[in-house]
Amino acid sequence: MSIAAKPVSNSRLDVERVRADFPILQQKVHGKPLVYLDNAATSQKPRAVIEAITRYYEGTNANIHRGVHFLSEHATEEYEAGRRVAQGFLNAASPSEIIFVRGTTEGINLVAQSYGRAHIQAGDEILITDMEHHSNIVPWQILCDERSAKLRVAPINDRGELILEDFANLLGPKTKLVAVTHVSNALGTINPIRRIVEMAHGRGVPVLVDGAQAVPHLKVDVQALDCDFYAFSGHKVYGPTGIGVLYGKAALLDAMPPYQGGGDMIISVSFEKTIYNKLPYKFEAGTPDIAGVIGLGAALKYVEGLGIENIGAYENEVVSYATAAVSAIPGIRLIGTAREKASVLSFVLDNIHPHDIGTILDQEGIAIRTGHHCSQPVMKRFGIAATARASFAVYNTKDEADALVRGIEKVREVFA
Amino acid sequence: MSDLRDLYQDVILEHSKAPRNYREIAAANHKAEGYNPLCGDRFTVYLDMEGDSIRDISFQGSGCAISKASASMMTQSVKGKTKAEAEQLFKRFHDLVTGHAPANDGGELGKLAVFSGVSEFPVRVKCATLAWHTLHAALEGKQEAISTE
Repeated sequence: MSIAAKPVSNSRLDVERVRADFPILQQKVHGKPLVYLDNAATSQKPRAVIEAITRYYEGTNANIHRGVHFLSEHATEEYEAGRRVAQGFLNAASPSEIIFVRGTTEGINLVAQSYGRAHIQAGDEILITDMEHHSNIVPWQILCDERSAKLRVAPINDRGELILEDFANLLGPKTKLVAVTHVSNALGTINPIRRIVEMAHGRGVPVLVDGAQAVPHLKVDVQALDCDFYAFSGHKVYGPTGIGVLYGKAALLDAMPPYQGGGDMIISVSFEKTIYNKLPYKFEAGTPDIAGVIGLGAALKYVEGLGIENIGAYENEVVSYATAAVSAIPGIRLIGTAREKASVLSFVLDNIHPHDIGTILDQEGIAIRTGHHCSQPVMKRFGIAATARASFAVYNTKDEADALVRGIEKVREVFA
Repeated sequence: MSDLRDLYQDVILEHSKAPRNYREIAAANHKAEGYNPLCGDRFTVYLDMEGDSIRDISFQGSGCAISKASASMMTQSVKGKTKAEAEQLFKRFHDLVTGHAPANDGGELGKLAVFSGVSEFPVRVKCATLAWHTLHAALEGKQEAISTE
């Protein structure tokens, strides 16, 4: 999955034109130009997304899959068009394998509660890694508690890479599911998903991939990866908040019980017997986030328009530049130095708490994230309470990396 | 930089680098742990109470410059005070950092007035008050760790 290896020139991407697509980037914060480096938390939205949502509410708004009237038919069409865009984006075999959810978190919970309850028995094991976001830990802990199953955790090395030999050893006869992140939100590590899937499938174990931090930066092809479930959030890939996708192989989804009951997920209801709807509607109870799906479709089309390979190659260039410049600052320790990384530059500074770094950078107009990044086990692994994290998107520039470096120098001045 | 200097005053920076009363009191008859889950700051406050009076106070733990300096200066401010006086000072301090301090507070806060800049940084109020919440819990004799959330 290395992007750096792909021979794509960054000249294919005109960053100034890209920046002009994002209205929010034009503003000043505390009198300084906004330098938005908190993209792993959420990305900004291009005008194409904002306008698609506005257009929907101004001209198409109606409930879907029910009405016979013009607006309802039109809204249904646009909603299902969003599904086909997501299908193409992930290269899923069929649109019925695309379940709309609120985000990655809900996607993982859906699998834990539906697939998990049906398949995980007492004594079974679920295998995750030491670099997971809390959202790929806690749903499995809840399931394991309910089922008297056991959560196993594959360790990472000092660079923040999964130790594959240990992962292989933990894959045992009791392992019933593997859940692993594609890209670590705290470290930026890109996991070798294809290999992980091969290893797990070799033992007949299905794999869920948390793709929240991957889809904005890497080409994801769920058929090439051969993963069984893949979840991502719209808002981290230039789409709206509150909408995301759970991909699942049709055969698995078909055999799973519903996650939530309600309207739209049924064929017929009586007090004697209710018949569930077919895929994907079986998993979409209630009126969904129609505008969100339309906004997400616009976001994914925007990404496809730029070309995900172009985005990844350009970002890698900026992140490499920023990483080299930040590393040269005295007292800096990088957290997460995997050989395969995307977007994330996480660091600590000698004797200066990340929270203080964040406040001082904010005064310079620079938005970064400080804290444990919902990955407390990662912090524990590196013996720290928190890091400062700069995370880059397609609209960030080397000039902004320079601003980050100047900001960190200012932090050091204040604490000199 | 003026806003930043309001927050990171020299006295605060100095206390964060060389916190006072940063030790464990072996004979502590009250102690409490405070935790800010948002940033991972964690402090333990130790008290040696003689009746209603704070005979000795200390703290240990890790946190940002604001939380550490606040803990350090708090221990200096409340040593020798009664429980009621310490609680009153907490209330004054809380009003100060949340921007609710009266125009004329009669100078009761003393050196703690350097934390007035915190009121311009609402997300840092929890940093400034973590040690005080922990002190309150220790005075109340609470056993479980208290949290800012």
